[in-house]
Formats: sequence, C-alpha cells, structure tokens
Amino acid sequence: MSGIIIENLSRRRFLQGSAGLTLGFCLPAVATAAAGKLGAAAAVNAEINAFLQIGTDNSVTVMSKHLEMGQGTYTGLATILADELDADWAQVRVEGAAADAKRYNNTFWGPAQGTGGSTAMANSWEQMRKAGASGRAMLVSAAARRWQVGATEIVVRDGIVSHAGSGRKASFGELALDAANETVPTEVKLKDPKDFRLIGKQAKRKDSAAKTNGTAQFTQDVFLPGMLVAVVAHPPQFGATVKSFDASKAKAVKGVVDVVQIPQGVAVLASDTWSAKKGRDALSVTWDDSKAFKLGSDEILAKYKEMAKKPGLVAKQTGDTAKTFAGAAKVVSASFDFPYLAHAAMEPMNCVVHLKADGCEVWNGEQFQTVDQGRVAALFGLKPEQVKLNMLYAGGSFGRRACTQSDYVLEAAHIVKAINGKAPVKLVWLREDDMRGGYYRPMFHHALEAALDGSGQLVGWRHRLVGQSIITGSPFEAMLVKDGIDHVSVEGASNLPYAIPNLLVDLHTPTDIGVPVLWWRSVGSSHTAYSTEVFLDEVAAAMGKDPVALRLELLTGHPKHAGVLKLAADKANWGTPLKATAGERRGRGVAVHESFSSFVAQVAEVTVKKDGSIKVDRIICAVDCGTAINPDNIRSQVEGGVGFALSAALHGEITLKAGQVEQGNFDGYAPIRINEMPVVEVHIVPSGAAPTGIGEPGVPPLAPAVANAIAAATGKFLHRMPFNTAELVA
Amino acid sequence: MIQLTINGKAQQVDVAPDTPLLWVLRDSLQMTGTKYGCGQGLCGACTVHVDGEPVRACSTPVSDVVGRRIATIEAVDGERVGQVVQEAWRKLDVVQCGYCQSGQIMSAVALLSQNRQPTDADIDNAMSGNLCRCATYVRIRAAIHEAAEALA
Repeated sequence: MSGIIIENLSRRRFLQGSAGLTLGFCLPAVATAAAGKLGAAAAVNAEINAFLQIGTDNSVTVMSKHLEMGQGTYTGLATILADELDADWAQVRVEGAAADAKRYNNTFWGPAQGTGGSTAMANSWEQMRKAGASGRAMLVSAAARRWQVGATEIVVRDGIVSHAGSGRKASFGELALDAANETVPTEVKLKDPKDFRLIGKQAKRKDSAAKTNGTAQFTQDVFLPGMLVAVVAHPPQFGATVKSFDASKAKAVKGVVDVVQIPQGVAVLASDTWSAKKGRDALSVTWDDSKAFKLGSDEILAKYKEMAKKPGLVAKQTGDTAKTFAGAAKVVSASFDFPYLAHAAMEPMNCVVHLKADGCEVWNGEQFQTVDQGRVAALFGLKPEQVKLNMLYAGGSFGRRACTQSDYVLEAAHIVKAINGKAPVKLVWLREDDMRGGYYRPMFHHALEAALDGSGQLVGWRHRLVGQSIITGSPFEAMLVKDGIDHVSVEGASNLPYAIPNLLVDLHTPTDIGVPVLWWRSVGSSHTAYSTEVFLDEVAAAMGKDPVALRLELLTGHPKHAGVLKLAADKANWGTPLKATAGERRGRGVAVHESFSSFVAQVAEVTVKKDGSIKVDRIICAVDCGTAINPDNIRSQVEGGVGFALSAALHGEITLKAGQVEQGNFDGYAPIRINEMPVVEVHIVPSGAAPTGIGEPGVPPLAPAVANAIAAATGKFLHRMPFNTAELVA
Repeated sequence: MIQLTINGKAQQVDVAPDTPLLWVLRDSLQMTGTKYGCGQGLCGACTVHVDGEPVRACSTPVSDVVGRRIATIEAVDGERVGQVVQEAWRKLDVVQCGYCQSGQIMSAVALLSQNRQPTDADIDNAMSGNLCRCATYVRIRAAIHEAAEALA
C-alpha cells in the first residue's frame, strides 16, 4: 500500500503549530438549526480530513467531491468511507463539497474537479477507503489516550468505540473533538474485503427521504434576498446573434425589472419566473443570421454519406483489410444513421450567480467545477478561488451539466455582469430553451463491411465513422485527441473485442457543422455499440450461426465480455422458444459491450405487432463492474440505463430544418413513459476487482439487443435510430 | 389579492389571475417541492391535488383554483395514503435524481386513494402522464404495488 496522504495535512500542521482549534471546526447548517430549535448548545463538526467530519451530535458527514445527479454517488462514496470508518449507516449523512481542485480533484483527471465518464466510484475507491480508515485510526488513538489503554485493544463497530478489558465505550460524537486533534496517520491498514459490513450489502440511499418529501434542494429551488429571475430570448439558429431589439413591451409587463443584451441573446429580468417569461414573450428581437448555421439534418446526413465514400483517418488497423476484402468469398455490408440527441434532463438548465464585493458565489448542479470556476473567474476578472461554487442536487444531467464550454453557467454570469452585479440572478431555461440549446449527442453515420473467407470464417471487418468531435476545443483535447482522432468518436468501435484478424476503423470528423455537441450518457458507445452489435448479428445470419455462439467463439481473448454474455444468455434461457400469440411476432436478441471499464450484456425479449409497433417485454442484464459497492444501486442504474436507451431507440431524435431545431418540448422529443418500460432483471458478476463505472454502461447494449430481437422476430435489421417501425409492418 | 387554500391553510397572493398555480406555489410562496419540467402539462413534475384530483399546476391558472382544496407534496404525509406511498418509495429506493418524484408521488397517492388494488394497466393509465428521465419506472410500479399491499 502506498502511503496515505490525507488532504488536510497542511491544515493539521498549521493547527499543531498554532495551538488553535478554531479552524478545525465548522458549524453545519443543519446542526445550527436544530440547536436553535432546542435552545441547546450548537453541535460542532470536527473536521477529521477533507472527506470526513464527525459531529459532537454523533453525526458522520461525508463530503462528496462528486455531483449527485441521480446515479447514487452520495450513497456510494459514503458507503466506502463509512465501511472503513466502521460507522453506523444511520449516523452517516452526505454534503456536497466546495469546489477545490487541490483537495477534491478527480484523481483520473489530474488537477481538475468534476464528475463524468462513470469515474466517481473508480477514482475515489482508494481515496475514500483511506479517508475512512484514517478517521477510524484517529478515533482509536483518541480513545486510547483518554482511557490510557493500548490502541490495539480497542474495537470499533457500528459507530461505537470500545475497550473490552476496561468495559469502556464511547460514541464517535463523544470522541470527535479529541480525534480531530490526533495526528493524521501517514499509513493506514485497509480492511480485508471479507470484513466489509456496508460495501456489497444493502446501504440505503441517503437522498431518498429528501427526494420523497419535496425538501431536496435543486438549483431551481434557490431563493436569495433581492434575487431576480432571468429568462433569455435565444437566437433561432446556432451562431445567430442579436441585431437589434425593442424592449418596450417587455418592460411594460408587471414584475419585469430590466432587459439586457448578452452574447447569448437578450435577457429579461423580473421578480419571478412567470413575469420573466411573459416579458420574454413580449420582447421583439431582430436576429443577425449572417454567421448562423443553416443546414438541416437531411443535408447534414447527405454530406456525411458523401464523406463516407472516401477513406478517413485510421483509428485502428490490424492485418491487411484491402487484401482480405479483395479475396473474400462473401462480403456483408450495412450502414447506420444516428441523430442528434438532447439530454433533456427533467430539471432544465439553470444557474444562480451572486457577485459580491470580494468575489462571486454560484449555485448549480455543478458537474465540472474546475472548468466552470475558471471561466466565471475570468469573466469577472477574479481569481478562481474567489468563485465559490455550491454544488446542489442536479435534476438529471446525463452529461449536459458538464458542458465543455460552461455554456449556461457563463450565460448566467454574463447577465449578472450586464446589470453590474446589482442583484443575484437565477437564470431559468424553460423547456424549449433546454431542448433547443444545443450540446447534443452528435449525429453519426457508420458504414460497416465484413469479409467471409471460402470456409465461411469471419476474416475481415471495416468500420468507417463520420461525425463531429466532442472533445476538440474542450479542455480534454490534449488528453483525448491524438493525430486527429477524437477517442470518444471511435470508442466502442476501435476497441472491438472480437478476434477478427484483419480490422480497419477509420474516421471522418466534419469541422464545418455549427451544431454544438457534447457527451451524452455513454458518449461514443451510444452509437458504436449499436452499429457493431447489430452488424455482428447480420454477419452471424450470413454465416448461419447463433449470435451467442458466434460471439463466444470470437471473444476468446476477452473473458469478461464472455462472462457477462454467458450469464445473461443463461438467465434468459437463450435458445429456448418464446411463446407468441396469434398475429404477433416475438424474438430474443443479445448484445454485449464494454464501456468505462465495465462489461454489460443484455438479452431483449420483444413483441412486434402486425402494424409494426414494438413492445419490449423484458431485458435480462448481466453486469461486471468490479466490486459491487451498492448492488441495489447497480441494479437501479442499469434499470434506468435501459429506459434511457430505449427512449433513444424508440423515439429520440433532434432534427434541424434550415438550422432551426424542430423539437421544443416532450411532445416532439418523447422519452419513454411507464407503459413502455420493460421488465428488467439485473445479474451482477461477483468480483473482487476495484470498482468501475455503472452510471453509463447499462445504456449501450440495450438498443442493439432490442434491434437484434426485432430481427429475430421479423428478419429485418434496423439501420437507423430511432427505429423506423414502418419497416416492420407484416 | 387572490385567496387560496393550500394544504389546509389560507394563503393570499398578489399575482395576475392567469399566473399558473405552479409559479404561485414556487415563486410567491416558495413551496419548492412542486417542480417545473415542461410548462405544458406534458411531464407531470408539477402534479398537485385539487379537490383530491391530480392536476398539472404548470397549466392551471391560479384563478381556476380559488375556493378549492389544493394539496402539495409538502403535506402529503398528512394522510395515511401519502405516508404509505412515501414509505414504499423509501423502502425500494425508487428515486434517482429525484426531480420528478414529487409529481410521481402525487399521482400515485391520487391513484391509490381511488383504487386500493391497482393492476399494472391501472398504474400505466394513472402514471403515464409523469415522465421520469432516469426511468425509475420499474421501481415506481413496484412501490405502488408495495403501498397497495400495505394499505390492504
């Protein structure tokens, strides 16, 4: 084990040198309020390290450096720390940590704090275990000192520190102040996994209570004294700007306080949201579209198909595909089209900004602290540390709140700047602003070919992709774009796990499409899993092979793929007939995919009616994500991933006409509803490996598994998302 | 001034009569448990009860609910069905991001108040106006069945 570095070492040294304890304590809002009510002395929280505070009221507060956007991070991080601390789960609560890249950076991202890429558990695993174990050691040292006994004789269990020889016991709360004054250990012993009491068990979500009684605080729920609400008139096309505007009618709306031009459009500020909306609706804006992007989706697709006729930049090459295809006995080919997709989180984007004399304070479902902090600081001419970011619960994100360009956060800051900081501002995007605000999953066109030799073996595979780069121009460019290849454009395709001796993956990255694009839950795998896994079934059909059997033959070098595939197929009774009623066609389909170092296989059972309509009946999932920290949360994330992916398979599509987004609300862009949700079974592969991601990996295999089930039922492979069910009419 | 009865309490608000009930609750009264999601009655995040019936507050002008009983998520634990539904939601850890869940719970409470043994089809009918982008639907369905058993 490497030596532990607890982030508060400098503070500890400072404390030891200055004899003052004040810096080590902070008054939590909850404890203060409770104490006020009871009229008792306020509880104090002793800061044990950057991730752990223990209160004299016996509370254990875990500071989460990661955003809770539904994926269960608060509960997961607390589970890891509390297990090593030997806390009682009931005494544990979680708070969002302040933005501070020195203490709270994502250890996979270098010096940047942020949440994404399904890394929250994986990058925090060692860190949170050590933070908990270190806290435990300090509680033990404090008890040993107080009781004058040997530390090795002390036992900690379920939040109680005890010494059998003397019969003495103390709660964490009773030891909190002394523990904070103990030396931070430089090395700590971590538990043997067989001794885990929370990890791998059923630790209930920490946010369930607040999210079922209306008290959970989202950005939308922030109210500050004197705060104004801003609703913005945005241009109808990406790249258009304000030419002129007439605010007279908007200013006549009761409640409207101000109308200001910002780089993103024209902001109407009012005392409340409805007045701001009415003001915006009354506004008259003339737009300058001379630099606007004016193509429609059909034209973009035609352009991509044209580009696909020529070789792109090589992302992956093994063997000699030219020779293989020239000598092939049979070539199978297919192309696939994927639309722009909006994240469409239930909470539309919003942000509260308050400029003060000595800095700036921001309230946000904050997913990308270091980037947002830097940009806001630059706009106001402040140092990053003068921008305080309050990380609130996010009402979904799916990648949207980690915007590479800090779009909506900067928009809020620009409004505050335009009114010279005279009031705190809550920027509220209405649903239509959110739907039309860009930063979509990029459109993609894929063309695939497979070569079979004279004996019917799969010997060649060519995969060409065309689509915009997410990473180019973002802070991750140096890390993820190499030799012109954006890694996330080809992830899932360039690491195809199948043993095919001759493989070529190449990429075209159009740079003249003015539609802002962004990562969308599972990023590149949201399209590459579909094209590779559906196409493999087409190849299997051409070879006359069973889809599971062919995959297992080709997965010899990838035991984790094979493991989840076998488990899902087994649990789904793969190979047994599915009952269908008269007039209905039913089929079973499979897909397996690795993303974010986790492995997921899904088997779909689907019914296709005569009119072509589809009912997805059941999804059987098998997951290998290393150590299962919270098995129930893994099931929950995979269930949700299935529903999220099914929305894209059945309905999801953002389309442009003359540069204007055609969808505006949940009528035109329709996530699935409860009546379309299949039964979902999730089976978790037991593992002692370090945990990997689970927020995203449930998404990629769903659409190809469903499409392959449809093909099994109808003989028809679907080559575009969302599915065109007209192709399935009997 | 408009007079309203919300969660059994008389409230006065100074707003235009066409203001949606949602913004009266949220901005005038700072009762923020009821959420804005779409503004067009498409997502159900703003669901409240008016005289016991589930209603989309985002598309209900406040003038339409004068003199009627308005109930929100903040008071849902004041009656047994509400308590049981909340308990079922917590037992099964239904929530993910949580933003839609006030509306989901209000719709579920309205369903179970009128139908103590809902079938899956009844649940589809009563709940399909409530979107959940995290797709917690598997657990919503299970929690409604769980609550129905507890109420039986």
